[in-house]
Amino acid sequence: MSTTTIANREVHVNDEGFMTEYDEWSEELAPHLAAAIGIAELTDDHWKAIRFLREDFVDQQETATLRRVTKVGGIPTKQLFTLFPKKPAKKMAYVAGLPKPRGCV
Amino acid sequence: MKRLLVLGAGTAGTMAVNKLRPLLPGDEWQITVVDSKPEHHYQPGYLFIPFGTYQPAEVVKPSAPLLTDGVELLIGDVDVVEAADSLVRLTDGTELPYDQLIIATGTHPRRDQTEGLDSDEYGRTIHDFYTLEGATALAGVLADWPGGRLVMNIAEMPIKCPVAPLEFMFLADSFFTDRGMRDKVELVYVTPLDGAFTKPVAAKHLGTMLATRDIALETDFMVMEVDGDARKIVSYDEREVPYDLLVTVPVNMGADFVERSGLGDELNHVEVDKFTFLSDDHDNIFALGDAANLPTSKAGSVAHFAVDVFIDNFMQHIAGRPMTHRFDGHANCFIESGAGKGLLIDFNYDVEPLPGKYPLPGIGPFSLLKETEANHWGKLMFKWTYWNMLLPGRDLPLPADMTMAGKIREEVPA
Ligand SMILES: Cc1cc2nc3c(=O)[nH]c(=O)nc-3n(C[C@H](O)[C@H](O)[C@H](O)COP(=O)(O)OP(=O)(O)OC[C@H]3O[C@@H](n4cnc5c(N)ncnc54)[C@H](O)[C@@H]3O)c2cc1C
Repeated sequence: MSTTTIANREVHVNDEGFMTEYDEWSEELAPHLAAAIGIAELTDDHWKAIRFLREDFVDQQETATLRRVTKVGGIPTKQLFTLFPKKPAKKMAYVAGLPKPRGCV
Repeated sequence: MKRLLVLGAGTAGTMAVNKLRPLLPGDEWQITVVDSKPEHHYQPGYLFIPFGTYQPAEVVKPSAPLLTDGVELLIGDVDVVEAADSLVRLTDGTELPYDQLIIATGTHPRRDQTEGLDSDEYGRTIHDFYTLEGATALAGVLADWPGGRLVMNIAEMPIKCPVAPLEFMFLADSFFTDRGMRDKVELVYVTPLDGAFTKPVAAKHLGTMLATRDIALETDFMVMEVDGDARKIVSYDEREVPYDLLVTVPVNMGADFVERSGLGDELNHVEVDKFTFLSDDHDNIFALGDAANLPTSKAGSVAHFAVDVFIDNFMQHIAGRPMTHRFDGHANCFIESGAGKGLLIDFNYDVEPLPGKYPLPGIGPFSLLKETEANHWGKLMFKWTYWNMLLPGRDLPLPADMTMAGKIREEVPA
């Protein structure tokens, strides 16, 4: 575990760069996190996904899977792949300051 | 008289009742098990059917004789659990009140969850081996297949026995080699994961094994649809993988009644405490085996270790005492690698599969994450062990908790 500076703020991250403290994240950080993984602009649709992930985490204590974002959050899987190309589950979590979804075993 | 009601007479349900019956006084507790079918399937045997190694009849037995005396078996489909009233309703209208409920209805492949999978081509150019019918139909096709491009696709994780699709590919490589036609077959493994397996150390070892066998690996592929006419699978990010023969592992989901009863997550797996299997919301409902949403592999070996921990807890729970045993997520899986060899992996919630040795008094040690003949025999022995030791609830010399003895820590750069 180490710390890094995002938008002049010092935050804790793991070795893959995922933020590790739920409360260190705030909406101002999201565009910076997004930029770091090649997402230039956060649209309303991006925000819908990010906010769902944040709220769901509070209840579940765990990052939502793609299926959950689709089924419970109401965002079609296809759209998630457009918003967060290639690895939507991982990328959404990264931008929302949440742990990488646990690898299914 | 109190009633323990168990839904599902599969691996977990059968083990649980056979272990509990001798512990629960017959004049105090009635035990009833419900299953939709009167036969029990040895599902790990499905893997060997497509290659003609096992015949379908070898993996099926009537359920009733597998249950200890004093356990009542009802054949019927569960419609709903009315948890507030401690009542289960079957689709034929039967009402079954309970004092304690164990949900052990497993997880099952669902072709309806992927567009195009439930097509006319199923059983012809589209197959699965996660059902007896699927595995049997595939055996018929492979017996005289002239060769071409065979694609294995996993629709979504988690699936039960997550190593089975890899084993299928290793066995396919061996099968076509033995038939002198490996050069006519292209093997492609298409997975939603970012590597051959879920955990880094095992993914590295298993990925190398795919490469040395000339099995292509396509990762991060979330299948959106199967186009059976054009013979290709298409991902959400619009990649296309053509095939001549598609073997899929469809989305695995828990029983629909779990959703209707408001007890499940988005894949209908029952939400329970990962250490005790007690429902998050109901103090007299447990889920065992694949039906539970535990963050470990869905496998018979896991169900076995889990039931061992569960039995003592259950006895404490019904006596009104706190449950003092905690399941560690222990999984132990033999992986067939073809040509008479196999691997073994052993892990839990916290420790990923590592190389080294697995100590087993009397027979072992077995080598971990390494191809050996002993591991292949271990896998084949599992069938006998399953019918004769596991299901009857006999004690095996395998501690439920995982041990670090023999394991070697290995780091894989991220
Ligand atoms: C191809 C394949 C290979 C495998 N290989 C291995 C292996 O090598 N090692 C290993 O450890 N595990 C392996 N497994 C996994 C193993 O078979 C399962 O994890 C294990 O059987 C789970 O037991 P269970 O009791 O939870 O579920 P199951 O054994 O599936 O039992 C569930 C039962 O519930 C019943 N049921 C479902 N819905 C209803 C309903 N609505 N009403 C009434 N009854 C219902 C079903 O009929 C079934 O009998 C493999 C599985 C497959 C498919």
